Amino acid sequence: MDTTITENAVAVRNVYKNYGDVEALRDLSLDFPKGQLTSLLGPSGCGKTTLLKIIAGLLPADSGEVLVNGKPVTGPGPDRAFVFQDFALMPWASTIRNVAFGLELRGVAKSEREAVAEKYIAAVGLTGFENSYPHELSGGMRQRVGLARALSVNAEVLLMDEPFSAVDEQTRRKFQEDLLGLVQNENKTFLFVTHSIEEAVYVSNQVAILLPRPSRVSEIIRPRGFRNKDVDSIRRDPEYLDLVDKIWASLKSYVE
Amino acid sequence: MFARHRAVILKLCSALLVFGAWEIAGRIPVSFAFPTFIESLAAFWALIVDGTMFTAYVETLRPLVVGVLISAFLGIGIGLWTGLSRAFDWLVSPIFVVMQTAPLAALIPLLVMVYGIGLTSKVFVVCIMAMPVIVLNTAGAVRNTPAALIEMGNAFLGTRRDIILKIILPSASPIIFAGLRLGVSAGFIGAILAELKITPTGVGDIISYSRSIADYPSMYAAIASIIVLAVLFLNLLERLEGFLFMGTRKTLVSD
Ligand SMILES: Nc1ncnc2c1ncn2[C@@H]1O[C@H](COP(=O)(O)OP(=O)(O)O)[C@@H](O)[C@H]1O
Ligand SMILES: [Mg+2]
Repeated sequence: MDTTITENAVAVRNVYKNYGDVEALRDLSLDFPKGQLTSLLGPSGCGKTTLLKIIAGLLPADSGEVLVNGKPVTGPGPDRAFVFQDFALMPWASTIRNVAFGLELRGVAKSEREAVAEKYIAAVGLTGFENSYPHELSGGMRQRVGLARALSVNAEVLLMDEPFSAVDEQTRRKFQEDLLGLVQNENKTFLFVTHSIEEAVYVSNQVAILLPRPSRVSEIIRPRGFRNKDVDSIRRDPEYLDLVDKIWASLKSYVE
Repeated sequence: MFARHRAVILKLCSALLVFGAWEIAGRIPVSFAFPTFIESLAAFWALIVDGTMFTAYVETLRPLVVGVLISAFLGIGIGLWTGLSRAFDWLVSPIFVVMQTAPLAALIPLLVMVYGIGLTSKVFVVCIMAMPVIVLNTAGAVRNTPAALIEMGNAFLGTRRDIILKIILPSASPIIFAGLRLGVSAGFIGAILAELKITPTGVGDIISYSRSIADYPSMYAAIASIIVLAVLFLNLLERLEGFLFMGTRKTLVSD
């Protein structure tokens, strides 16, 4: 039992969303506790990106509401930053300009924003690539540029749409460990979309399992025991293995 | 050594090939009205020495430069607006599509009736030739800005103005420049056409006058000179583009 009363950074209340005849989200409600990482786990096409974009204020919901720190979302805001699944980097801009772009749009002076960008470029391990263009970077490096850009604007809530889908398995594991470090040190709320069960259980304080379209939350799972353990031993933890199995069992029926 | 100058050497070879073929065709001769390259070169030199060429170009360049400048600025502006607004697109695009396909020769008498035979009519002809491709290319490029980048701009709190200046324009610039190049080439054609069809002035005057007195070498010298000028100008434009968008162009080749 969780006895501490955790505040919600983001609350989704009875959200509906249709794309024409396609019913993407139906009556979806979900809370995202402050300072924690919540994964949205579900098969492709189940509406994870749609939900994240509604929270970001990039898409309007048909009905229902989204609250960020208790205030209803009406559009994008400085309290949220987005990491895009397809990176969304400007091909004509160098790494440093891409990373600093969020601050550039907020009118931060060049020297100041580049100092901040430099810090996050180092944090994601891209030092030395400041002046490279996106086409000169690998998929994983581009993803890190997108992550550094989101971190640079110092938003309380980070919305990450399958941020590790474009990287190979080794890099992915490295990223997952780094993410655990970020959650501990940055005091931010992370909304993390993935379709990997292992990844969700490995990085999350809370895993929300979404059912295929129209998407609702079928189950919320909160790993407890191993969250404070050493990152290397998590994958061997009995609770970790049990949870992976349990989630697979409940998702299996939807995978043909 | 060769590798470094390869582009220049190959371009010279290409020029040599064309001039060689011209010389041979002139010597056969293909037609009594087709001079050799060397005859035309001599005529060109004579036109330069007696100052005819110079005064002719002062005359020809005026509607050309004015028309191309108007087409570039107005064309990119209208194209941008057309690409950004559906309503404006419906209003404006048909006009430029018609302009692009309309038989210009048939429109010239109309223009002369309204604007007389002066500079205005000639500028109009240059604009009619140059503007549609600039407008349509710009509009198309703006509409094709990746939606993901615009969404990114919105997510990071860009204003409409930021998104146009920092995302849409840079993303569209390679295609805008391609349209500009096509527009400028068409503008050159328009400038000569105007001089042949409205009043014979400038280079158009050299062409029609030397034809009327059967001085074919001078006629070909004038025609070739305008082509050379157009090529030089397009090269210049390409350099400007390379200078302005160093990072972008590389990217678009590989992505
Ligand atoms: N712009 C759109 N227009 C129409 N249908 C869409 C659009 N975006 C997403 N969809 C549909 O909505 C459903 C959910 O999409 P999405 O949120 O991208 O899923 P996920 O991110 O979980 O893979 C999918 O079936 C998809 O085809
Ligand atoms: Mg998705």
